[in-house]
This record gives sequence, C-alpha cells and structure tokens, in this order.
Amino acid sequence: MANALDPHAAVATVATGETDGTLRTADGKPLARALARSQTRARRRAFLLVLPLLAFVLITFVVPIGQMLQRSFYNDGFSAHMPELSQWFADNPRGTEPDDAAWAALADDLTSAAEDRTIGIVGTRINYDVPGTRSLFTSTGRKAKRGLEPPYRETLLDLDDEWGDPRLWSAMREASTPFTTNFYLAATDRTRDESGKIVQVEERQRVYIMLFMRTFWLSLLITALTFVLGFPIAHLLATLPMRKSNLLMILVLLPFWTSLLVRTTSWMVLLQQQGVINDVLVWLGVIGNEQRLQMIYNQAGTIIAMTHILLPFMILPLYSVMRTINPSYVRAARSLGATSWTAFRRVYFPQTLPGLGAGALLVFILAVGYYITPALVGGSSGQLISNLIALHMTDTLNWSMAAALAALLLGSVLILYWLYDRMVGIDNLKLG
Amino acid sequence: MAVPTYASPLERAWHYAYLVICGLIFFFLIAPIVVIIPLSFNTEPYFTFTDKMLSFDPDGYSMRWYDSLLTFGMQRPDAPRDLNWWADAWANAKWVNAAKNSIIIGFFSTLLATALGTLAALGLSRPEMPFRRAIMAILISPMIVPLIITATGMFFFYSNPCTLLGWFGLPTECGRLAGTYLGVILAHATLGIPFVIITVTATLVGFDQSLNRAAASLGANPRTTFFRITMPLILPGVISGALFAFVTSFDEVVAVLFIAGPDQQTIPRQMWNGIREQISPAILAVATLLVGFSIALLATVELLRRRSERIRGITPH
Repeated sequence: MANALDPHAAVATVATGETDGTLRTADGKPLARALARSQTRARRRAFLLVLPLLAFVLITFVVPIGQMLQRSFYNDGFSAHMPELSQWFADNPRGTEPDDAAWAALADDLTSAAEDRTIGIVGTRINYDVPGTRSLFTSTGRKAKRGLEPPYRETLLDLDDEWGDPRLWSAMREASTPFTTNFYLAATDRTRDESGKIVQVEERQRVYIMLFMRTFWLSLLITALTFVLGFPIAHLLATLPMRKSNLLMILVLLPFWTSLLVRTTSWMVLLQQQGVINDVLVWLGVIGNEQRLQMIYNQAGTIIAMTHILLPFMILPLYSVMRTINPSYVRAARSLGATSWTAFRRVYFPQTLPGLGAGALLVFILAVGYYITPALVGGSSGQLISNLIALHMTDTLNWSMAAALAALLLGSVLILYWLYDRMVGIDNLKLG
Repeated sequence: MAVPTYASPLERAWHYAYLVICGLIFFFLIAPIVVIIPLSFNTEPYFTFTDKMLSFDPDGYSMRWYDSLLTFGMQRPDAPRDLNWWADAWANAKWVNAAKNSIIIGFFSTLLATALGTLAALGLSRPEMPFRRAIMAILISPMIVPLIITATGMFFFYSNPCTLLGWFGLPTECGRLAGTYLGVILAHATLGIPFVIITVTATLVGFDQSLNRAAASLGANPRTTFFRITMPLILPGVISGALFAFVTSFDEVVAVLFIAGPDQQTIPRQMWNGIREQISPAILAVATLLVGFSIALLATVELLRRRSERIRGITPH
C-alpha cells in the first residue's frame, strides 16, 4: 500500500480522470492540493521531531542568556528603592541644580530605604558608577533611621560633604531610570561627567578596551600558530596511505579526547621554573641554573597551552579538505615546468583554503571565549576577557557589568559564527 | 607519499626536513600528555623527574599519589584496610565522591542529550524540514557560545528557574535548580546536545531514505520502521554522539563552578580546586587515570566509526 504521507506516493497515484483539465489523485482530489497537503503534513512531522529539543535548548540556553543580557541595560537597584528622587529627576531636565524639593526627596527616600533595609542595594548601584560611594549611602542610612531634620541640604552636607558632589548627582540621575547604557559605556572604558557628556575614564583605569584588544590579539596569534603547526600535519596525514595516516591520526585525536584540565595540568608541570623543560634546558647547558625561564603564569603560558589545546580543531577540518584534493593537479603543474614551490603556492594551497577558513574560524571562535586555561596558566598578563567576566560574577558581584562585557563578547562570537555558517555551513562541522 | 624520482637534491633535502618538522609537531601534541604518566609515580612530591627516577631506581617510583586519591577526605585513612576502611573510603573520600558524581551526572545528561538529540537529528535530516539552517544554528550554538557566558546565564536561570512563568502571570518563585543534581544534569545535557546533533546528522547524510519507504511498502508502521531499520543503521553514530556528550559532561568545569553546590563536586571541579589551592602530584595521578580513560573512549569511537563505514558500505546508494 502506498503511504498517503509520502509526496512521491501521491504522484504515483495520479492516473484517473482529466475531465476538467486538472490532474486528480485516485480518490478524486486535485493533485496540486493533495500534494501541498501531504507536503505540509511531512513538514509538520519533521518539525515535531525537532520540537522537543528546540524547546529544551530555548528554555535552558537561549532564554537564560537573554535574561542575563537584560541585566546589562536594566538595573532597577536605585529607581525601585528611591521613588521620590527618581520622580524629581524625571520632572526636571538635566543640568537643573538640585533644589530644596530634590534634597527633601533624597532625605525621604534615604530614610525609607534605610527602614526597608534596601539602602545597601541603592548604594551598590551608585557604587558601580562612582566607586567608593556605597559606604556613603549605608552610613547616611544609619543616621537617617533616627530621622533627618530640615533643612535637608544642610543636614546631609553636614553628615558628609560628598552629598554635594555633582558627579554623585549625575550618577543618581543616570540610575533613576532602570534602563541604562552606563554598563556598556563602562565596558568600553567610558563614563559620563557631571554634565552627562560621554568621556573616556582616566588613563590608569582603562582596562576593558585593553583586555578586549589582548583577547583578540592573542586569539589571532594562537590561530596563526595552530595554522603553522597544523598545516604540515594535515598535509602529511592527507597524503600518506590510509593505513599509516589512520595510525598517525591517533596522535592528533588523543589530545583532542583528553580532558582540558589534564592538558592544562601537563603544561603547568612542563613549564614551571622547576619543571621538566627548564630542567632539560639546564641539563643541556642552554641556560644556567639561575636563569630558569619564566614560561608560565604569563602570556607565554596562555599562548603555549592554548595552541596545544586548539591544534586539533585546525588539523581536522584542514585534513578533511586536503583528503579530497586531487594529487594529479600538482603533478600536472610540475610536468608543465613549475617548481615544487610554485606548484604548492599556485595549485595546492588555494585548494586548501576552505579547510583553512573553517579551521581558523573555529579556533578563533573558541579561543576568544576561553576561560579555564588562561585562569590557570595565564598569571595576570595572560588573562582574557572571559576571566574578567568571571571576576565580576564571583568577586565584585557587579552582575550588570559582567552582562555588558558578556554581551560585547557574545556579539563578536555570533558575528564570527554567522560567518562560519555562511562560509562553511554549520552542518559540515565534523568531529574526528 | 614518497619523493618523486624527478626531484632535485634540494627538494629531497626539503622532503626530509619536512618529515622531521612533522615529527616535532607530533611530539608537541603527544609529549605533554605522556610526560605526566611517569611523573604520577614519583615518590617525591615534585613535578619533575628526580635522579632516582632517571636511573630507573625502583625506590624513585611509588603508588603513593594513587593511594592518596583513595584516602583524601576519609575519616580514618590510616586504619587497617578491612571492610570498614573501604566503606569509609566509599562514603567520604573526596575523589571517590567526585568520581561518583561525575558518573551520575554524565550518565543522565548523556541519556537526555542523546534521546532528544537523535530525535531532532532525524527531523533535521528530512528533506521537508522547514527553517533547517536556522534551527541547526540554534541547536549547535551551545558549543560555540563561550562557556563563561553560558554559565553566567545558567547561574541566573537555575537560581530561580520560574522567572519565565512571570510572562504568563504565574508565580515566579519555585525554589532553585542551582545546587541540585537535576540542575547540573540539565546544564550538561544542554552542552552535550551539539555533539549528538553533529554526529547523528553526519551518519544520516549517508542514510538511504528508500529503505524507509521499502519498509513502509512492506507494511511496517513508522515505529517498526524506526526500530527495525533506521535505528540499527544509525546506532554507531548515536553511540559516538553519546560518547561525545558524556566526555563533554565528564570534562566540564565552568558550568559546574557556577551552578553546582558542594554536593555536586565532580572530578574536573575537584581538579580545579586541587590545581588552584594545594597543588600535589595526586593531580597527576588523576590526570593519568583520565588519559587512560580517554584512550579507551578513543578506541571505542574508532571501532564504531569503522563499523559504521562497514554497515554503510553494504547499503546500496
């Protein structure tokens, strides 16, 4: 029996009447409609198979990341707990000197926030923009609980001069709406001055741009190194007879399958000042016992370990492309008088470019987001942007800042991912 | 690959130089993994070869670091080794606990990822599948998005998974998934899914759809067709996808750092602590065991690949 869901079966049953000029199926329906219906049904069935996983990934992965990114521009730590002052900011345009009403609103809000025990949240929010002000809020809050006397301006300024600081008022204005671009400004080493203009932060505080640059530069360097090391290996594996190359392939796949932490540990053991490599160099007499090289807890450590870890991701796509290159092209070039270098440069190498593109993009995408290896062997000069996101998540607890940095990193990775999909096609990704 | 007969002496020299270079790169790939194996048998608490080890003196080698894996965290590590001692180790030794957790979490997350992933791969490989590329891109993305970003998102989500219900006006408080086994299992399943999708769709590329039609034309219903025809043919791909998912879970540390509680210490997390705090050669013993483990997995995947190729060689195209 023909399967009614199968479009081909529907075509096969075309036969009967052509009375009004339209093709009909055996049971008399117009063929075009029957075909369309069975196509729709087949599409629905295919989609239903994917649906459970798609729902799972959306709920446990896409939505959580979306929620996390929301924190990068939404923070109601100030606006939710300081309603009156937020209202005053909304009513008065930027540049208005705080008047008596503003000071009264501030005093009222501080008192109620102190009573609700939310003053810490408020102070933390402002502290992100003006470092060192959290204690100002909490200490004022303690006194506000006993009641503040009008005139509020003088009372608050008596408690602490800092309340008069225009930067503080500017920061409070910024925080008076839950939506803010401040975390993105901070993530690119910018801030707002008293008048709300966007300016660069002081030179010694500029860290994020430098760290993004370092992340991209190191990733680029590591990609280049994996290319230099991976290309000859892939070529050798692709040109050897299958049996030999399968054997050698194990040497590539073993590190690929070995735990990341194991490989990082190995490099820590090898690169230490009292480690194997330094011992060998001293024993060979290359360096003296006192001049042992510092190869770990700095950039060198990050570069070496990450190159080793990401090398298989370059070799595997290169290899699968090189396998398909017909060797007779190079032979033809040689027979037409090309030197082996010319034949390689003009005939062989251009054919490897798809594999090279795939490998390089993959390695770069993975390197940009690396966390574990730089954290363990990077010291302070080998840290990447991921390490700073983790720092903001676990130590400084500035989650909005972590989210803003994550958003910038995610943006660049997604652009690269999109490129990869366009150039290579994500379904062509192979794992060994 | 041999030197062609018409090669000039310079080209011959280059050819041998090239082989030496390749040898060095292979050395670079393998040596770091191999070197820790003898070091894990060091008697001294050093991370380098002692003179005794170099002269192959048996005194230079010992199993003490392997032993310390068993005893670390026990209540009475120096008691005589009877049944109580082993019960103590099974219940309290930290590395033993970490291994148990890794296996439990790895097993269930692999099960979940493989079941959902295989189903989805079957749908994705149908020619009628709508939005194929876009959906594929979403399903693969857990592998591409930096782990720290994934872990951060999961940290918030698993701390209060019901915030989503707020969209539908339902209560938004329903306990935590962070710090529970279920939370870590779900997180690891998410991270393992791309590997299952990739390997299973790769297997299905060579799958002959007319076999399904043949089964249907012989009267089999879709379920029978799946279990009697499709499943046996794609099984090698499914198993190697499952192994990938298991290894991903077994090696994962960032998500565990962010969402696991003290009860869900896994081997990588225990290693992470060990490396950061009191680095002892016991780490090398763990690493050596894990290298053995990965060799076993590699062999399994290789056997499966060959089997898959053999089965598919029979299928007419």
